[in-house]
Amino acid sequence: MNVSYEWLRAFVPFEETPAQLRELITTHAATVDDLVHLRADLADIVVARVVEEGPHPDSDHLHVTRVDDGSGELLDVVCGAANVTAGKLYPFARVGVTIPTGITLEKRKIRGQTSNGMLCSARELKLGDDHAGIMELSVDVPPGTPLLRALPLSDMQFVVDVLPNRPDLLSHLGVAREVSAATGKPLALPALPGEAPVWGEAPHVRHEGTTAGVTVRVDHALAPRYMGLVIKGVKVGPSPEWLVKRLESVGSRSINNVVDASNYVLHEVGQPTHAFDLARLAGATVQVRAARKGEKIVTLDGVERALDETVTVIADAERAHAIAGVMGGRDSEVTDATTDLFLEVAVFDARRTRTGRKRVGLSTDASYRFERGVDFALPPMALERLARLIMAVAGGQVAGPPVDVVEQVPVPRAVTVRSSRVAKVLGARVPSVDAAARLTAIGFTVDAEEGEGELTVVAPSWRADIVREIDVIEEIARLKGYDWFPTEIRPFRPGTPPDDPIWVQSDRVRETLVSLGLLEARPMPFTKGDGASRFVRVANPLAEDEPYLRRELLDTLARRAEDNLAHLQGNLRLFEIGSAFEPTGAAMPREIVRVGVLMMGDRHPEHFASARGQRYDEWDAKAVAERAARAAHPAADIALVPADGGWLWRVHAGGRDVGGVRHVALDAPVWAAPAFGVEIDLAEMPNADVAPAGQNAHGTAPGPVGRHWPQYRPVPTMPSAEFDLALLVPAGVTSAQVEASIRAASGELLERLQLFDQYTGQGVPEGMRSLAWRLTLRHPERTLRDKEIEGRRSKILSVLDQELHVRARTS
Amino acid sequence: MTLPDHPSLDDYRGQISEMAAQGLAAIGDAPDLDALEAARVAYLGDRRGRMLEFQRALGAIARDAKPEAGRLFNTVKRQLESALDERRARLGRGAGGYTPPADLTMPARPQWTGARHPVTLVIEEIAAIFRELGFTIALGPEVETEWYNFGALNFPANHPAMDLHDTLYVQDDVLLRTHTSPVQVRTLQRFAPPIRILAPGNVYRRDFFDASHAPMFAQIEGLCVDEGVSFVDLKATLGHFARRFFGSTRARFRPSYFPFTEPSAEMDVECRLCRGAGCAACKGTGWMEILGSGMVHPAVLEAAGVDSEKYTGWAFGMGPARIAMQRYGVTDIRVFYDSDVRFLEQIAE
Ligand SMILES: [Zn+2]
Repeated sequence: MNVSYEWLRAFVPFEETPAQLRELITTHAATVDDLVHLRADLADIVVARVVEEGPHPDSDHLHVTRVDDGSGELLDVVCGAANVTAGKLYPFARVGVTIPTGITLEKRKIRGQTSNGMLCSARELKLGDDHAGIMELSVDVPPGTPLLRALPLSDMQFVVDVLPNRPDLLSHLGVAREVSAATGKPLALPALPGEAPVWGEAPHVRHEGTTAGVTVRVDHALAPRYMGLVIKGVKVGPSPEWLVKRLESVGSRSINNVVDASNYVLHEVGQPTHAFDLARLAGATVQVRAARKGEKIVTLDGVERALDETVTVIADAERAHAIAGVMGGRDSEVTDATTDLFLEVAVFDARRTRTGRKRVGLSTDASYRFERGVDFALPPMALERLARLIMAVAGGQVAGPPVDVVEQVPVPRAVTVRSSRVAKVLGARVPSVDAAARLTAIGFTVDAEEGEGELTVVAPSWRADIVREIDVIEEIARLKGYDWFPTEIRPFRPGTPPDDPIWVQSDRVRETLVSLGLLEARPMPFTKGDGASRFVRVANPLAEDEPYLRRELLDTLARRAEDNLAHLQGNLRLFEIGSAFEPTGAAMPREIVRVGVLMMGDRHPEHFASARGQRYDEWDAKAVAERAARAAHPAADIALVPADGGWLWRVHAGGRDVGGVRHVALDAPVWAAPAFGVEIDLAEMPNADVAPAGQNAHGTAPGPVGRHWPQYRPVPTMPSAEFDLALLVPAGVTSAQVEASIRAASGELLERLQLFDQYTGQGVPEGMRSLAWRLTLRHPERTLRDKEIEGRRSKILSVLDQELHVRARTS
Repeated sequence: MTLPDHPSLDDYRGQISEMAAQGLAAIGDAPDLDALEAARVAYLGDRRGRMLEFQRALGAIARDAKPEAGRLFNTVKRQLESALDERRARLGRGAGGYTPPADLTMPARPQWTGARHPVTLVIEEIAAIFRELGFTIALGPEVETEWYNFGALNFPANHPAMDLHDTLYVQDDVLLRTHTSPVQVRTLQRFAPPIRILAPGNVYRRDFFDASHAPMFAQIEGLCVDEGVSFVDLKATLGHFARRFFGSTRARFRPSYFPFTEPSAEMDVECRLCRGAGCAACKGTGWMEILGSGMVHPAVLEAAGVDSEKYTGWAFGMGPARIAMQRYGVTDIRVFYDSDVRFLEQIAE
């Protein structure tokens, strides 16, 4: 919301500068996001001192001056003004600056003399019509000071971030109320020109009433309160200068005197109002009703809008003339030809206004306020000010007392506030007297018990957000100022929840993968999917080409890899720990936290002393999968089981399938290396309701996460014996089978079994491959004898031959 | 000269002595390290070294001569080895005969460096500070029910407060969580107070993807609930965090609004660029907005089945990506999600 500094000062005689006021409003009421000078076009003009002045050698009316603009260097400036005087201060535009008239200054020669900028007249700065000479400044500031800082030239605009709970701050009155409370200065409505209108009693009527012959019918579910007034004989035309300026100061453009008066009241007291051209309302009838399906209206912005029953309209006997609380209609717009007005000052239902304006796709100053809630008690005062202002700026006469159609004036509810509770929540004791005084200053009615007992508080009509004790406690804290409260760390008890086990797992996996040289990515989980029900779909996706949530992290990583390839980056080693989603048939999908890895390209960075052209292959991916799986499932036995269906291996942890390793097909340029991917489940994220609303499940909380530690075995003291087995392995026999046989045959003496070579080609029969293992044997208590070792070796070979037809390679 | 198939002890002694003399001479006379290495291979080499011959012969020697032959073998081996070490030390500049490369300006052998994502680094740094104050980590699902995301957090239905949470829906009452605050409710339902948790995670808004907005971003939430927890604790704890994390001496709290906290407060810290003097980065205020916070609204405790008269609490939430932007001088938030290795590798440096 835009708030004018000068306009606020018309409510409260504060002395704070704009910067001080900004601080005050921010710390006590609502954050001021920005402070805008309304003459930003003067931002580059500085105050400069003419140090020397002399006649121009080739001109009798020009002067040659030397100017100190605070830059530390004196500038030569040619000046045509008769009043230029050495030693005085003037507004100065440097070379490159654009002055308000639109001219950008250049360095140029004027009759042979260089001029670096311009000393400005009031007219050149649009600060008045005086162009008789340059503008002499009687201020005491150093040269170089921005002119806007040196002179109180014009109004400042505060951009206030009013949060949804405080619609009362959406007006100058609302902000002024807070300023008054914070400064202790009195609050009064600004004086308006003209005479206050006089009318007789305007009693509350339900559903229907009349004013000056116009019948007003209201559905109170749509508008709890609706006031109407007829003014006859206005002359529509331009607004007076002061009114134009006021509206400009909040960024609103002048339209005509009647519309401007309505906008003025909106910004002044926060009440949206609307003026209809009475002559255009058929049947001397105004009704607030739900729009009919298929009904249409052309709004003030010239757009034809289709309505339905979720939209509230203001209609005459025949058709809609306004979308209630949102925008008026073009047909009954106030024009130069208008003489009689029907003024509407109403409170529309907040939720319906919100639904309606969303339905027609409009948001206006009026709807913004109505959907947040307009003070129920405001209309009579707002109507009076509106009528007075219109008559003052556009003439005309009130045609009779207004009609006030009200269902029921809400009875203000008292809230009991316990001093003990205030102290408990805020952690510091705010004396009741102090709290009561501060609340009273912003319009609350406070009834204080003797001593420090309870306060009975009634909020003013404009504070519908005050419902519970805690709401008042917040007011007390805010009014007192958050700064007032001490900042001391007090003793605390440790919490009951242990670290989430999924966090513990993620942390360990992340640590492992980073130590392997991988880079963590945090991409978004949206994917183009395949249109099938295998994917969880976002109902209102941001991008129609990616409306699904991924089932696999590798899906996302593959797309990000392609982006990298498009940037000619082919050495990738990305990992992500994130969620994948699977539909379940129920409302909530299955959410699985996984780790995904994608690696491709050089295994090592290039170096003159390293082997070239080594690229990540499936064996690297298998290793990463093993490491990641072990980190994710530390207590389980990890196995990588050869698989098919696109997977090279499936990862088993404790016998459970938790993921896989595969070659990843990419939309990749020819130079790209093959990509390999790993995807492993960490855990399913619990997403069932913990307990029904309003209840807890405290008895069922899980204990600390189970941990796993490798167990110590005594370091061997006896020497080991090593020997190699080069074996001819027939097709169809796997290394795992061979290893199993070797292990079984070598018994408990086998300490380590290491496959170190694979060879096919010369010396190896067709259809076979040569695999070589190194065996390390050790006895825990003695040195193994040669004979024992030889015995073992023979036994292994004979078992291999029998079981697998695997023989030693002799050549 | 070779040993007979079954040498006597004398044969063995004679020949090993002769071999030892030749070996010691070859080692002692080696003019440079290459020659020395050749001598080592010739006498002590694993494959064809001359000592192998005598080692094998030990197996073929008569049983009663074996111990003596073994001693001889070991003595000679030690002699050769120590001569080798000595000569190597003499020839080489350093110990062990190592010769450094001639051109030491050649580059080091690089290794791929792994790295956590900058947003993760910020989350971990925040978590480390709160861990000292007894906080643990809690997680929750990214696809949530409307009740956990809004209802339990005291959001009024069809209210402008929802405008700040433009939501991606999966179904009518199932959505991508718009903040990490649902974890507050899940934790309060699951665990009895005292509660001191941090909840990091991804959240989603139906927001455009541009330099300063992303439809997904990380958030970290904190929640503290116990008897006697007050606004003073909130200020003190978050102020302590600000000093530790930002090195800021000054933090400021100003009124704000979140449906699930009351009183609500926004915390600012002194702008690091201008030290509070006011600059373009802080819009002239001298302050940087860091986090939203407040006292847990009694309605939230009640929704989670926690006695709101007995217990009070405070909560906060902040965006690690915004902090990472400041930290790493990133001006376009998209780089955090693009997974461009050129960016990720910079952070790995
Ligand atoms: Zn700054």
